[in-house]
Amino acid sequence: MQARIKDALITALIAAILALPLAGVRTEDGVNGLVFENRLGAVAAAAAIVFAGRLFWGMARDAQPASLIATLIGMVSLFVDFPTAFLKTAAVGMGVVVGLRFLFAKFSRMENKPAALTKIKMPFSLSAFSYLLIIAAIIFPFTPLASRYALDVAIMVMTYIMLAWGLNITVGYAGLLDLGYAGFYALGAYCYALLAQQTGIGFWACLPLAGLVAAGAGLILGAPVLRLRGDYFAVVTLGFGEIVRLVLINWTNLTGGPNGVADIPRPTLFGLEFAHTATEGHTTFNDFFHLDFNPVQRVIFIYFIILFLALLVGWFATRLRRLPLGRAWEAFREDEIACASLGINRTWIKLAAYSLGAMVAGLAGAFFAARQGFVSPESFTFTESATILAIVILGGIGHPLGIVLAAFFIIGLPELFRGFEQYRMLAFGLGMVLIMVWRPGGMMESREPTVKLSEQPHA
Amino acid sequence: MAYFLQQLINGLTLGAVYGLIAIGYTMVYGIIGMINFAHGEIFMIGAFITVIGFAVLSAAGVSSVALALLIILVVSVLITSLYGWSIERVAYRPLRKSTRLAPLISAIGMSVLLQNYVQLLQGARVKTMEPVLQGGITLMQRADGFAVSLSYLQMVILVLTISLMASISLLVSRTPLGRAQRACEQDKIMAALVGINVDRTISTTFVLGAALAAVAGFMVTMYYGVVDFYMGFLAGMKAFAAAVLGGIGSLPGAMIGGVMIGMIESFWGGYVNAEYKDVAVFGVLMMVLIVRPNGLFGRPEIEKV
Repeated sequence: MQARIKDALITALIAAILALPLAGVRTEDGVNGLVFENRLGAVAAAAAIVFAGRLFWGMARDAQPASLIATLIGMVSLFVDFPTAFLKTAAVGMGVVVGLRFLFAKFSRMENKPAALTKIKMPFSLSAFSYLLIIAAIIFPFTPLASRYALDVAIMVMTYIMLAWGLNITVGYAGLLDLGYAGFYALGAYCYALLAQQTGIGFWACLPLAGLVAAGAGLILGAPVLRLRGDYFAVVTLGFGEIVRLVLINWTNLTGGPNGVADIPRPTLFGLEFAHTATEGHTTFNDFFHLDFNPVQRVIFIYFIILFLALLVGWFATRLRRLPLGRAWEAFREDEIACASLGINRTWIKLAAYSLGAMVAGLAGAFFAARQGFVSPESFTFTESATILAIVILGGIGHPLGIVLAAFFIIGLPELFRGFEQYRMLAFGLGMVLIMVWRPGGMMESREPTVKLSEQPHA
Repeated sequence: MAYFLQQLINGLTLGAVYGLIAIGYTMVYGIIGMINFAHGEIFMIGAFITVIGFAVLSAAGVSSVALALLIILVVSVLITSLYGWSIERVAYRPLRKSTRLAPLISAIGMSVLLQNYVQLLQGARVKTMEPVLQGGITLMQRADGFAVSLSYLQMVILVLTISLMASISLLVSRTPLGRAQRACEQDKIMAALVGINVDRTISTTFVLGAALAAVAGFMVTMYYGVVDFYMGFLAGMKAFAAAVLGGIGSLPGAMIGGVMIGMIESFWGGYVNAEYKDVAVFGVLMMVLIVRPNGLFGRPEIEKV
């Protein structure tokens, strides 16, 4: 116990030194130069939080119930005034993290016991659960819960689910870390935006085109780059994402530069428009079905487009796993050299994973442009790539259902609790580090092989 | 000619800064084989501490510029090094025996975390600082009035960088610490068997890299006078490009790579077009990785089963 307190004190001291310049002094632009405000109280509070966190962390790791005091402190700090909102979040976060660690430790203790004791019987299988989710998603727009705002959030969450499923092909299946995913997303979005504006081609014709353009870009970029080792590959894709963004900003003639492209045509349902008054030669949806005009109709329509696209991608991705290609990816991910010595062409399967992932991003991009009616390079920064990657990683790399849950957590929750919004990226970063540190096997652990050798032949 | 000379001077100054950051990438890669993605953020923190330090010192009534500069440089290096040490301890050390991509993902998380940490605490807006060291010497005067100048600040940056690079080279080649580093680089288990504290050596490497990045952050703040929470991303990428260009893992490679990247940026901005200078740097990074992944001075890596 004494050792623990000493250790926690040292950690708190380090935290205080680290926080001193950045948290202890808040600079603002003043009349002549920077003025600053001293916040030494914040530093003291930060050190106290770190002290408690470190102290109870060790206990939580050993699954000692005393660590739950930290969770209690976190709960209490919800109702206490702190010098800054940041610290309050930190205190609550500390409680949550320690509590989770305790549960994690407790749970993995239980795993070591004989299986019969701990095996929790699931009332239904995972695939039944996914069907339930799909049915719920289909019914959702017609329930009273579906306000305009809720629908918008749902559309956003599903866009990210689709993107994350696409990235999962590259990162989860083939184990290639792609940091420039937003680049392909941007390509798809601009592909639709520009084609629709300049040639008048409709959304449904552009959609596959956007996918093809992104996949083609993936092939062209991937061919030379995929020879590289994993971490170099990650950096090159990052460079690619940045190049796409910089070109979009600077090629003003074509892309409108930082102002972006506005007035992108909305998608239609077999030529029926969702608008108050139709453009020439078209009918509106409500006229055709003799309904009253209601702007929510368009939102619901958009909702079903993204639901359809997301399910298509999800279905496609799960089928891919069962193909010889999917198995080859799995073999490649687990052991590159062994995979090559089995006669699998590594370059080809890497290329397939990379450009298939890119294709999904292109499709999502076209949808994004059609939904927003406006695209600008702002939407495709590295933060976007990192967000999608965070969903894939927090969702337990390679697990489609985990990705759905992670997307709800990462995109949906901050939308619903607006106060939390500004801490979102902070929480992602922390989440990525913690997931990696807690599961040192990292990516391997959560990935079940699709085929297993079994001793007994199947009946 | 005059214009060329001016771009050369600007490029050298930029390159010196990139080279200093690149050393951090290259040393860490050399010893544990990971790309320390959060290194750009370390540089950003160094720059922020400089700005904040100036605000505090000028309010405290320190009137001597030289004294203020010295205090800030020392404090910034110390605190930033502590950041480097803590990051390694928290986010990378537990992953030492893990797969290759796990520490990289952890580093990306760390980078996102630090960026948003600074943004939340110090605000998202750009912070500006009054120039403290002004003036310079005119090297050459063209007939049309274009003057090639070398500012005092540029001189300070070049002298500081060259002396730091010289001392880090000596440190690695001549001291017991450098010997321990090179031993860990070759074989960590064997190094541990002959009595080297591997963990401590790796920590020291991170601390050294962070200290150099802090100096780079200090110099950039003095040079441009603006900082923001996002500055580490671009600078970090460029420094990484420098490290790769020179051959990652090689110390002289990082320095020469840094100067080359600075030159490319400066000449591209001066002669081709300023908008695409960052694209040019990223393009060079990708080309080098594709054509010559070992860089100019790197050793080819042999993968063992």
